[in-house]
Amino acid sequence: MSISVKETSGALAAKPLLISTRRSPQDRLFRGVSRTAGLTTLVILVLIGLFLALQSRLAFQTMGWAFFTNTGWVTTGPHPQFGVLSALTGTLIISGIAMFVAVPVALACALFINEFAPRQVLGFFPLKNFLTAMVDLMAAVPSIIFGMWGFFVLQPSMKGLSRWLSDYLGFIPFFKTSDTPIYTSSFLIAGTLVGIMVMPIVTSLSREVFSLTPVAEREGAMSLGASRARVIRDVVFPFSKGGMVGAIMLGLGRALGEAIAVAIIISLTFQPSIHVTQAGGNSIAALIAFRFGSGGPIGLSGLLAAGLVLFVITLAINLVAARIVNRSKMGD
Amino acid sequence: MTLEMTPRVGAEGSESVGPVKIKPIRPREFKRSDIIVLGVTGLAAYCITWILFDQLTLLSGQLGFVLFCVGFFLGLYWVVNRQLFTRQVAVDRFVAALMTLGALAMFIPLLLLVVFVVARGWNLLSAHVFVATQKGVSELSPAGKAGVAHAIVGTLEQVGLAALIGVPAAVLTAIFINEIGGRFTRTIRVVVTAMSGTPAIVAGIFIYAIWIATFHQGYSGFAGALALAVLLLPTVTRGTEEVLKVVHQDLREASIALAAPEWRTVWSVVLPTARSGLVTSVLLGVAVSIGETAPLLMTVFGNKLMNSNPFNGPQAALPLMAYQQIKLPLQADIDLGYTAALVLFLLVFTLFIVARLLAGGRRRAPGFAALRSRIVNSSLGATEIEQDGFADTPIASYPPSTSTDERDQQ
Repeated sequence: MSISVKETSGALAAKPLLISTRRSPQDRLFRGVSRTAGLTTLVILVLIGLFLALQSRLAFQTMGWAFFTNTGWVTTGPHPQFGVLSALTGTLIISGIAMFVAVPVALACALFINEFAPRQVLGFFPLKNFLTAMVDLMAAVPSIIFGMWGFFVLQPSMKGLSRWLSDYLGFIPFFKTSDTPIYTSSFLIAGTLVGIMVMPIVTSLSREVFSLTPVAEREGAMSLGASRARVIRDVVFPFSKGGMVGAIMLGLGRALGEAIAVAIIISLTFQPSIHVTQAGGNSIAALIAFRFGSGGPIGLSGLLAAGLVLFVITLAINLVAARIVNRSKMGD
Repeated sequence: MTLEMTPRVGAEGSESVGPVKIKPIRPREFKRSDIIVLGVTGLAAYCITWILFDQLTLLSGQLGFVLFCVGFFLGLYWVVNRQLFTRQVAVDRFVAALMTLGALAMFIPLLLLVVFVVARGWNLLSAHVFVATQKGVSELSPAGKAGVAHAIVGTLEQVGLAALIGVPAAVLTAIFINEIGGRFTRTIRVVVTAMSGTPAIVAGIFIYAIWIATFHQGYSGFAGALALAVLLLPTVTRGTEEVLKVVHQDLREASIALAAPEWRTVWSVVLPTARSGLVTSVLLGVAVSIGETAPLLMTVFGNKLMNSNPFNGPQAALPLMAYQQIKLPLQADIDLGYTAALVLFLLVFTLFIVARLLAGGRRRAPGFAALRSRIVNSSLGATEIEQDGFADTPIASYPPSTSTDERDQQ
């Protein structure tokens, strides 16, 4: 804000100077432009939600609450029958497996970089910075490349594990397969792949959180004779609980919305299933990717409704994650 | 926290009278004997896995073998260290092994991924690939006839347009949130935070429904650019905001004290100070949106021919082309997908390196994932702490020469 000092009429030194805090026209223009931009951003982002809600009305009118309990996806013909149930359970199963794979590895890797990795190896190589950069790079690798790798490398090498799981642990419902089992294109493989994709994100978020642990507490514990394991358990974890949860939830948000990698691996079926090693599955994002061009107006509306469900879930997860992190920062 | 200083070794002598000589154990010390222990444990784990899964039950595939091997190794390593040392040392060793294995589990897939993309695509790269399209390429045409030129042009145009739409809006929004503020600041920040996790596919179907299904504009590069801009907007906004926050408050105050108008302060002081971080944030936003496939699938649609007009007709794009090609049955088609993927990877990699180099000099310039992380971390906590810190710095202790209040009283 610019303050211009004007002398009042009479121009006597004894008279008080008037302080004007009026903004110059340029400043008002500047404020106007950036305020407009801010509001436009707000409006666009809110519009997405509103538009999805409006456009999916047709689907909800057609199906009513059955949209959440139906499993098939027939959107043309006189009696359209479709619902999001199998896609929703599929999405949840895939992201569940993904988090099961990603979280332990990501946390361990973050702790390794922060607590165990030497700053330099061989006297010149900055290992710690290098690993941090590698994690960041991995987070930027396009999902299509992960998808291709998953399809051509991961899937063949996981087939054996899938078969072993269903042969010897088949009594657990998750690992049961049909009589003529096919072990590719399954939830397990898609979930593992998505897990590998979200690993770098969770790693770099939680690494940053871990690195915020106060040095004084850490050194205090060490001077009392605590081993590194104790320092991690009693100093690092308590300080970064909230941030860790936030990092994991952001990873979950990304896992839920992953479309292409899942679409490459999985073959679409509409029977809700919890048999993770069996071929076939479904997820909201993959469903949209497969079906967007077909199915007429009701089909499109149905996909938008499915998209809305996904959107609401990720939105809620993001907001809750942000809240948890904030609370853990303000409280304690 | 308890200190176990009595080592197990020599326990039989501990009943005798007199002070026991305590030999301190340093968990971080890693002697030759420890390396031998590590090696033998690893070998034992390998053998057990081999007996169990190659002889007793049939586990095919290396992945399962490695997984079980790692599991057995961790168990054995714990037991062995527990036998040799105190509990504390064993725990420390075990945790160190766990963390190291975690890091390996993280970086080996990355390495495999890079090796995979480069190994499959490298031999297919040639100068021809960068100038040819898929025009006139059929099942019968000789291998190596097709190229990815059309996809490169498409990707550059779509991402360029998306950046043209998204980046100015994002930067201005960030300036509004950080420099000006107002009634909506909080709302905008919350909405942008929430939106930065929007699934790409949702942005795609949104643009598809509004642009193609409602307004009947048809598939085009511009529709793809719109979808990418929707994804770019929240990410770059939050990234830029983070960078602007790092600019010292002193600089702004100095500028205001020199009677610079607000726009001048932002234009000549804040933005130049944050330049490297700004460029990093924008480049990384662009790098991520280059790789998005899902939204392009339903907005750009793909094209085998060169279409350099982004406003009319379907276009090709690198990630989309890779996705469509690898689903085809012929090896020549899949190879073209590998080529597209490698070119895409090199593009992202270059952008990433440039962003890193630009950010390199600055101590606080955040990297890509760091920018993402601040999206959660910063909403309240971090900034306030920083600004509290500034409040203590000299400004308050300066001799208050001519504050506005005093002038009023004159």
